[in-house]
Amino acid sequence: MGREIISLSSRVRKEDETDHIYKIKTENLNAWFGTKQALKDINIKIRKNAITAIIGPSGCGKSTLIRCLNRMHELVPSAKVSGKVYIDGIDIYSKNVDPVIVRRKVGMVFQKPNPFPTMSIYDNVAAGLKLNGIRDRKKLDEIVKKSLEQAWLWDEVKNDLDKPGSSLSGGQQQRLCIARALAVEPEVLLLDEPTSALDPIAASKIEQLIVSLKKDYTIVIVTHNMQQAARVSDYTAFLYLGRLIEYDETAKIFSNPKEELTENYIAGRFG
Amino acid sequence: MQRYWIRKLKDKMAYAFCLTCIVLAIVPLGSILFEVTKNGLPALNIDFFTKGPGAIGEPGGGIANSIQGTLILIGLTSLIGVPIGVLSGIYLAEFGNTQFGRIIRLTNNVLMQFPSIVIGIFAFLIVVLPIGSFSPLAGAIALAIIMVPIITRTTEESLKLVPNSIREASMALGIRRWRTIVSVVLVSAKGGVVTGIMLSIARIAGETAPLIMTILGSQWFFYGFTNPMDALTLRIWRLALLPYEYAHQTGWGAALVLIILVLSLNVIARFLTRSKYKV
Amino acid sequence: MSVDDVFKYFVGLISFLSVLTLFLMVLELFRYSLPVLSLKFIFGINWNPVAGSEEYGILPYILGTIVTSTIAMIVGVPISLGIAIYLSEMAPNFIRKTLSFVIELLAAVPSVIYGLWGLFIFRFWVKDFIEEPLSKYLGFLPIFEGEPFGLDILTAGLILAIMIIPTVSSVSREVLMAVPNSQREAVYSLGATKWEVIKVGVLSYAKSGLVGASILGLGRAVGETMAVTMVIGNAVGPSALPTSLFKAGQTMASLIANEFNEADPTTLHPNALIGVGLILFVLALTINLLAQVMVWRILKIKEGTVE
Repeated sequence: MGREIISLSSRVRKEDETDHIYKIKTENLNAWFGTKQALKDINIKIRKNAITAIIGPSGCGKSTLIRCLNRMHELVPSAKVSGKVYIDGIDIYSKNVDPVIVRRKVGMVFQKPNPFPTMSIYDNVAAGLKLNGIRDRKKLDEIVKKSLEQAWLWDEVKNDLDKPGSSLSGGQQQRLCIARALAVEPEVLLLDEPTSALDPIAASKIEQLIVSLKKDYTIVIVTHNMQQAARVSDYTAFLYLGRLIEYDETAKIFSNPKEELTENYIAGRFG
Repeated sequence: MQRYWIRKLKDKMAYAFCLTCIVLAIVPLGSILFEVTKNGLPALNIDFFTKGPGAIGEPGGGIANSIQGTLILIGLTSLIGVPIGVLSGIYLAEFGNTQFGRIIRLTNNVLMQFPSIVIGIFAFLIVVLPIGSFSPLAGAIALAIIMVPIITRTTEESLKLVPNSIREASMALGIRRWRTIVSVVLVSAKGGVVTGIMLSIARIAGETAPLIMTILGSQWFFYGFTNPMDALTLRIWRLALLPYEYAHQTGWGAALVLIILVLSLNVIARFLTRSKYKV
Repeated sequence: MSVDDVFKYFVGLISFLSVLTLFLMVLELFRYSLPVLSLKFIFGINWNPVAGSEEYGILPYILGTIVTSTIAMIVGVPISLGIAIYLSEMAPNFIRKTLSFVIELLAAVPSVIYGLWGLFIFRFWVKDFIEEPLSKYLGFLPIFEGEPFGLDILTAGLILAIMIIPTVSSVSREVLMAVPNSQREAVYSLGATKWEVIKVGVLSYAKSGLVGASILGLGRAVGETMAVTMVIGNAVGPSALPTSLFKAGQTMASLIANEFNEADPTTLHPNALIGVGLILFVLALTINLLAQVMVWRILKIKEGTVE
């Protein structure tokens, strides 16, 4: 790992006294698809070892926001970003930062479970490790087991590690994707509506799993399900038409929002 | 991860490999277009377009009979192939969501990639042998077998692009289904169908192998349906194998005419689709 | 029966003509080649159409077809995959459209023009830049035996390689573009380079479709006639056995093209050539069916992409 870490930390750090409690900080973050602006001047600080939920009506830019946090947004042709995103004080959009390194530090789980269908369960989890040149079978075994345990999947699949990932149920597939993301040992986990394609029982299991992961990771979850945000998150950000309307502790947002827009949204008056 | 630079290098090498492949494909195309133009242009003159070939071994003469033959073949083949192809396409698009339809589709896909020389033998067996002579008709039947699957597929695809609401709107007016398909759906899909026809003509105009055993090739202009006839592709082949410099030059000239015909059909077809639907 | 039903059955009947054609084709080919069909026909190596001492063995031409097609696959498939990967995964939008069109033009060039170009131009490229160095440094190997001449099995195989590029690359590109974006994103999010995304997320997903695309190219190579006829040197009988790449050879298709019009109808020569056609038919049918099924399966699982 040596090289990149050095190149990352040798960047000039921008710190203030409270920075150590925040993992991610954005400054005037704007994002576009072609000429359509999806995010407008987002300034948000995301806390370490906490779960931050991003809520808002569809098309408000929730997904775009988290996809800017691991530089996935720029993969869409015609997509553009301006502004700064600091992770551990380093601007991930600065010229010297390689997006590949950023994405290894910031894992992501998607809306629809997307295991690699031609690979076995084992290989799915090991995929990211193999990319990083880990070939030692014993070490791989160890990390695969640990990741599957962390994703609460180990007991269900430990005898079927050779079966294809696509043979699992929807909820299991999503947990496999979580294990796959955890295996590369990220520091941040981004979850883009991870339960919207699942049945309620599978979804509830994933919610509990996410809460259990908070002690080791900084988690950002996008959801259109307000109950879910209220159940799992510590902080909640409300986005509307690409702007950050309100951002506070989840309890405050749901019991006593400051903005009328937030209140209307939470009360279900639009959505 | 200490090997990150290796990963980066592999990434760069993959990119370089893919670009090399593009170059490797473009070089032959460029060379073909260049050589055909360079060697073919000097052959073009009035005689070239108005006269048939002289006696073998004697310079002079032209390829007018071959151009005529190719045009006759295109006409005859289209006469047979276009109606069959379009009607089959209609069947597959409008009624083809059945086991029967799937078999037809598979057969067409297979025929589309089939060795054309085998199709030539087939036309020889069912036309040339029974009538006892080589015939433009046999050539046209062989080429129609090649043409039909192409038109069928493009017709099916363009009809499927026509939104169902158009069919429903027409049927709601009390217009019968067949009438709706022919006068409303087919007309809306006209651009795609015409494109398919042009591409299939470009394809058959360049066919040589099935003509060997069906029209044979000839020194003369068309003289009846029970006699051999010439075609541009056959002429190019025969000229290339003659041991005379002048013959090679005439061959390049014929190749230039053929390639202009085929490529312009392709470019126009492309242009038609582009303006009609955005590809 | 209503007018609509009549219409439906009518167009159904017309579309059935293709099945009928294929069926009749195999029947007719079989009927005419029956007099020569035997194990000796397939495994014999002598070819003598002179009445009285007739002998028809097509093994050299079967092998000629196999060897030239193999060269075409070895050279043509990697190039086609490179093109498909570039077009589907790497190229910017405007380049993609233009390049795809250029590659399509490569498919539009008639095979007799490939033959003409092969006979007068490409042949010398092969001789000067490939065969002579190979002969100089590896001439001791049996497959590079003989004087490089340029009108031989290697040139035929290489020209076939060029000719299968448009087919294989355009089908492969379609297959790659059918891979859902969620697969690419999954690999990206693990911290992967572009090539790793292609390798892990795209190629492994599309494998069977890519194999299908290559087999489709094989089908084209096996049946291709004119270009091969013009550059392969057209050997007959035992000398057509492809023992060296620098030897004149013969494929099944080129044999038919060369001899069909000279065959004396009072001998079994035409029947033998039709028999070659039958073998070619069976080979092409098998290859194409296999390819269709493999490509069709992968294009079918096409699913929606994430946002």
